[in-house]
Amino acid sequence: MNPSPRSEAVTRRQFFRNGARLAAVTGLGTLAGVLTGHSQAKTTVWQIDPAKCLRCDRCATHCVLEQSAVKCVHAHALCGYCQLCTGYFNPEPNDLTTAAENQLCPTAAIQRTFVEDPYYEYNIDEKLCIGCAKCVEGCNRFGNGSLFLQVRHDRCVNCNECSIAIGCPGDAFRRVPVDQPYLLKTTHAH
Amino acid sequence: MRRLLHRLCPSSSRWLVLGALLLLNTVSRLAAEPRFPPPDFSETNHRIPVTTTPGARALWLQYADVAVLLACLAVALWLIYRKRSRRGVFWLSLFSLAYFGFYRQGCICAIGSPQNLALGLFDPSYAVPFTATAFFVAPLLVALFAGRAFCAGVCPHGAIQDLVLVKPLKVPLWLEHALGLVPFLFLGAGLIYAATGTGFVICRYDPFVPLFRLSGRFFVLMAGGAFLVLGMFVGRAYCRFLCPYGALLKLASLFSKWRVRVTPDTCTQCQLCEHSCPFGVIREPSAGALPPQFLGRERRRLGGLLLLLPALIAGGAWLGSKLSVPASQLHPAIQLAERYVRQQKAPAPYGVQTADALSLQRAEENPEAILTAAADLRQRFKLASALFGGWVGLVLGMKLISLSLRPSRTDFEPDRGACFACARCFLSCPNERVRRGLMPASELPLPVGGNAGLVT
Repeated sequence: MNPSPRSEAVTRRQFFRNGARLAAVTGLGTLAGVLTGHSQAKTTVWQIDPAKCLRCDRCATHCVLEQSAVKCVHAHALCGYCQLCTGYFNPEPNDLTTAAENQLCPTAAIQRTFVEDPYYEYNIDEKLCIGCAKCVEGCNRFGNGSLFLQVRHDRCVNCNECSIAIGCPGDAFRRVPVDQPYLLKTTHAH
Repeated sequence: MRRLLHRLCPSSSRWLVLGALLLLNTVSRLAAEPRFPPPDFSETNHRIPVTTTPGARALWLQYADVAVLLACLAVALWLIYRKRSRRGVFWLSLFSLAYFGFYRQGCICAIGSPQNLALGLFDPSYAVPFTATAFFVAPLLVALFAGRAFCAGVCPHGAIQDLVLVKPLKVPLWLEHALGLVPFLFLGAGLIYAATGTGFVICRYDPFVPLFRLSGRFFVLMAGGAFLVLGMFVGRAYCRFLCPYGALLKLASLFSKWRVRVTPDTCTQCQLCEHSCPFGVIREPSAGALPPQFLGRERRRLGGLLLLLPALIAGGAWLGSKLSVPASQLHPAIQLAERYVRQQKAPAPYGVQTADALSLQRAEENPEAILTAAADLRQRFKLASALFGGWVGLVLGMKLISLSLRPSRTDFEPDRGACFACARCFLSCPNERVRRGLMPASELPLPVGGNAGLVT
């Protein structure tokens, strides 16, 4: 005789199911516990370490946003306010004027204003800047290095994996805490 | 002196001046001064601007996201189990699509969160954000008790696919089973690549987040469009055949305490619900006990498959360890080391300022560090890809075993694991319609099977 094999099977399955559920809940709890051990409430955001940036042009092209979230920023306190700014002018400019053919920036995103003889101030128009780092290269090679790239957090959508970071040749991208989201230059390059 | 140099700059010999300045720089470097010291603006008292630092998204908004997730999960459970309302679930999923999809633009997402946890476990320097842990744990906990309520009403990926579904075609069962293995393999690959610090491949190839952002890489945007077109005819193609978090939810809801039922009343086995499910997860009742002459064969098959399982795992692990070198090539550090070695073997001229050339120059500055890091990673990949191979074997073996187990179903029921809890089938059930007062009891169809009683 085989009294109600089905109900027995269901009970066995239910027993198995309950056990598995208990194990899974315990496992999830342990995992969450272990991770809270070295996790943080703060989320992180992506930022470029200016000391590691190699000034390629990938920030302009690799961002998931159509207009890259990476822009050139200017640490004015480090700037020499040069009349011949190698971040602003082409090598061999025809003239030291704001005419387009003299400018290094492909989108004319750097505004050059006269302050006092012989000093000029350079400001980045972030709406125009594409993050190509041409000016950064010029400024770092011949100048103080006061121009550098940063992820602008009013634009960045904070992808779980930054798609510029994948292609960054200098390995310059890293996650920083959200309450200190910038790695600004405070001393001159070199 | 410096002012004089500045004045000299516009002259035709400015590059000579620059050279002189560079010379000067070597001196100033010793003195740890900038090349061109910032002026003091004694004449105009010009104030030097401060670098702006627009802040990231406020921290409390992260907590708000988690609160919205928990609230949505609770509402989804209430709609599925209490209200039993497809319309409610639909509006909830629209809200989730708007909030998690188009407002939060997808990167607050449960699908990628297993990778954050894997990286957090294996890389002590990476602190897992609280939101990632919450988005990983909460939907799984819900699934362990009440099925895939997350998929039904909270996930924006599911919602956008539900929106475009117009004519669901039935996927043949063999194809469904075969493609259903892909999410598990994708999950394994995502975890391995995250744990080795290679990157988050699940996020990298997510087809819908670029659509939510309306920008992204061309290839991924095209994939998103393709999934939407496919989704018009194959319901939730991404969820069923690719989503790695869906694989976890599927496993969890196999053991769920409560489950979605087509009707809380008796099933009349009218088969109407079977066609109402666009994902083909409603299974028919099992055909009763097997004739005794087949029982031995079935048992032998199950035993054989149980014995095959360790062999599959071992075989997979062996195969995986053999493939560790190509698998490791996705890691940027290994890519760089390999390019460096190639360049040393056969020096090729490269452009000055391209990104690849710049990274090669970086490698040439300190080749030992790059090569040791790559060798270390290779070792880690040997273990990782063996683990992945073992995982593939395990997934295959468990699939075979689950196919050979006989289900015990007395009624038409949604498959526990595959059911998205979308609530579409509820109103297809005549008993449910009678229960809700949408249909007089006299119009109930006659039962097909003899064993189910007709509720009147």
